[in-house]
Amino acid sequence: MAHAATHDHHDDHHGAPSNFFVRWCMSTNHKDIGTLYLVFSLLMFFIGGSFAMVIRAELFKPGMQLVQPYFFNEMTTMHALVMIFGAVMPAFVGLGNWMIPLMIGAPDMALPRMNNLSFWILPFAFALLLSTLFLPGGGPAGGWTMYPPLSMQGESLAYVVFAVHLMGISSIMGAINIIATILNMRAPGMDLLKMPVFVWSWLITAFLLIAVMPVLAGAVTMLLTDKYFGTSFFNAAGGGDPVLFQHIFWFFGHPEVYIMILPAFGLVSEIIPTFARKPIFGYKAMVFAIASIAFLSFIVWAHHMFAVGLPLGGEIFFMYATMLIAVPTGVKVFNWVSTMWGGSMTFETPMLFAIAFVILFTIGGFSGLMLALAPADFQYHDSYFVVAHFHYVLVTGAVFAIIAGTYYWLPKWTGHMYSETWGKIHFWNSVVWVNVLFFPQHFLGLAGMPRRIPDYNVAFANFNMISSIGGFLFGASQLIFVGVIVHAVWFSKKKAPDRAWEGAKGLEWTVPSPAPFHTFEVPPVIHDEELAHGHVED
Amino acid sequence: MFGGVAFANPQPGQLNMTRGVSEWSPEAYFLNNVALGVCVVIGILVFGAMFIAMFRFRKSRGAVAEKWSHNTTLEIVWTTIPVIILIVLAYLATGGLRTFADTTGSEMTVKVTGYQWKWRYDYVDYKGKAIEKVGFMSKLDRESDETRQLDSGLDPNAVKVDGYNTYLINVDKPLVVPVGTKIRFVITAGDVIHSWWVPQLGWKMDAIPGIVNAAWTNIREPGEYRGQCAELCGQDHGFMPIVVKAVPKADFEKWLADQEAEASKPAQPAAPAAASTAAAPATAQATDAPVSQGHQG
Repeated sequence: MAHAATHDHHDDHHGAPSNFFVRWCMSTNHKDIGTLYLVFSLLMFFIGGSFAMVIRAELFKPGMQLVQPYFFNEMTTMHALVMIFGAVMPAFVGLGNWMIPLMIGAPDMALPRMNNLSFWILPFAFALLLSTLFLPGGGPAGGWTMYPPLSMQGESLAYVVFAVHLMGISSIMGAINIIATILNMRAPGMDLLKMPVFVWSWLITAFLLIAVMPVLAGAVTMLLTDKYFGTSFFNAAGGGDPVLFQHIFWFFGHPEVYIMILPAFGLVSEIIPTFARKPIFGYKAMVFAIASIAFLSFIVWAHHMFAVGLPLGGEIFFMYATMLIAVPTGVKVFNWVSTMWGGSMTFETPMLFAIAFVILFTIGGFSGLMLALAPADFQYHDSYFVVAHFHYVLVTGAVFAIIAGTYYWLPKWTGHMYSETWGKIHFWNSVVWVNVLFFPQHFLGLAGMPRRIPDYNVAFANFNMISSIGGFLFGASQLIFVGVIVHAVWFSKKKAPDRAWEGAKGLEWTVPSPAPFHTFEVPPVIHDEELAHGHVED
Repeated sequence: MFGGVAFANPQPGQLNMTRGVSEWSPEAYFLNNVALGVCVVIGILVFGAMFIAMFRFRKSRGAVAEKWSHNTTLEIVWTTIPVIILIVLAYLATGGLRTFADTTGSEMTVKVTGYQWKWRYDYVDYKGKAIEKVGFMSKLDRESDETRQLDSGLDPNAVKVDGYNTYLINVDKPLVVPVGTKIRFVITAGDVIHSWWVPQLGWKMDAIPGIVNAAWTNIREPGEYRGQCAELCGQDHGFMPIVVKAVPKADFEKWLADQEAEASKPAQPAAPAAASTAAAPATAQATDAPVSQGHQG
């Protein structure tokens, strides 16, 4: 969308096709496909957000006022599926599509046609998924984790399974593309250890995606055959095991949560050095920490299952392995703080969101450490404490990083500066209301409120009402975000310079703003001083 | 008898985990507090450093960026210190896990079975003697059930027992157990996965069809301890509470004798105890419970 308005500014002689259908539906251009991903993600963010509004409205006070319990369960299930697979993951793929070629000096993604296909699968996947809400029997209501036997009771299982297959195919193709691009298409002189941390984080994430999306596909396929073809993978009466599904699911599921946070680490590692005007502290340690977290993500899955009755040895192993993650994660946080220390900081909107990310993601990390302690988890598990935890890491973590990245690169995408005033209004509203929304949920969980319930005892009323108020206002605040983007794309008069931020380094700032339809058709000559990590010694 | 109860159930504005009333529950509580304390201290240090940096190193105050981006000593220090903290936490947590896993030496066994959307309790043995035919369904109390219907017009605040609000956390027939007795729970389910959670006992354990999980408790003080199903189990997941009524041993033995006497009356359909269990399979369904699940979708 950004380019419909701007493409007549640029002067390269083979610009974007003028036919709307040809340009957007048949695109093989990484920038246009990146834009498609980002617009799609924003749309899904609001659809998933509207489900959350239903949830918070029903939980506003005790008693059932708005929806039936089954519909409530559909909302919690769809909220998670849409936000995870529709909002957060495509947003990162969109950012990667747009920026990775620009950051490594490549003319496009390595596999442009596959890039088109991997995006255009998604609208069909979500049409399939969301259509279940309008079908007899309703949508999936067994939770996004789809635990059998409960998920077998849903009439929409086949739709959900096929939607998940499509999303998985899309993700795997996107990941292959990113790996092929990064490994093969870097400009001469862009050594692996000179790459921006964001590119590193995506390289590692892409391997995680290729490793685990097929596992999810296998798990849901077994659900499908259990329900429709008489197999008994997870059916105890047929000799199967319901817990087996949970092992397989979380073998996918835990790397999956890092798929949603590692690129966020990368984004924040770009933004903080820019606005601190100081190189990132411990570049190699940052890269190594991401790799260690990615490795550890494969050996901690059963910490989601401390209450299924694991043997003592299993509980101990998964507890220790999970606690270990705190070490590389701590290194990352300490390094971000050290990057700020001794810098020359300014606080434009991307920096504000990045700083909020560091603080609030760390709070999510703290509750994560508490959850790792299995005996305490016997209390926390499946309570609102968990809900608070993963919303801190996913909303104030992943989503805040995506928003920060959007503000950071919006001038490069559109050629215009966004409104800093409205950006800051968006930031302060978001950061205040998101805490009003999620912080009280820690207390609810500790006091004993289970998650995924549509109604509750009056003892939980106060904090639920506060949380709901925060939720409505946080949701409304995101409309400001849309306003800022629309303004920057179509109405802003303030031209963005090539290097939109004073302290910004890296190849993406050497091309004009807006980035022309084609960039780096001739590989750039890399000058190490232009790169953020051109002279890495540590 | 209910002296300690007021604090034992969720309180409006409650901020922290309950200490619980069982022998084991302080383990979870203690670990929670230690971990929270560690996190708060680290948080103050890290966020404190961050805020100092944000005020001291502002461009608007004329700060000029320094060039360094590396400090091996610091990096070793802040990798090592967390490892030491984690070892301490792991040590504490491992102790809690070991005691939790040890169900030996129990004096009583109760079988808990989750159904959509009620619990079944079967008393298996007490002090080495098998118990015959004492078992019943336990489901949401009628007043909560009427109030929780969509647009019922009834006020959840009005659902009270002894002045304590029991909306959605009261049942028609609680699980009665003795205090000061190590009770082993064997937990399973008849249809989908549920999770049996009473915060005062300090743990939850999933109830899974085809699998029998074990857990134990030893309740210190008499009272009524309330919990809820903690694993999403369908539309009425929020409406299958748990109430454990812990009574002195003598009271329990009398209650158990009454139940056994009632159960061993001539086995005619008129027996009131049988009526409440009519919807469920008989006590002996442990092994064949899962037969009916899975393909009804």
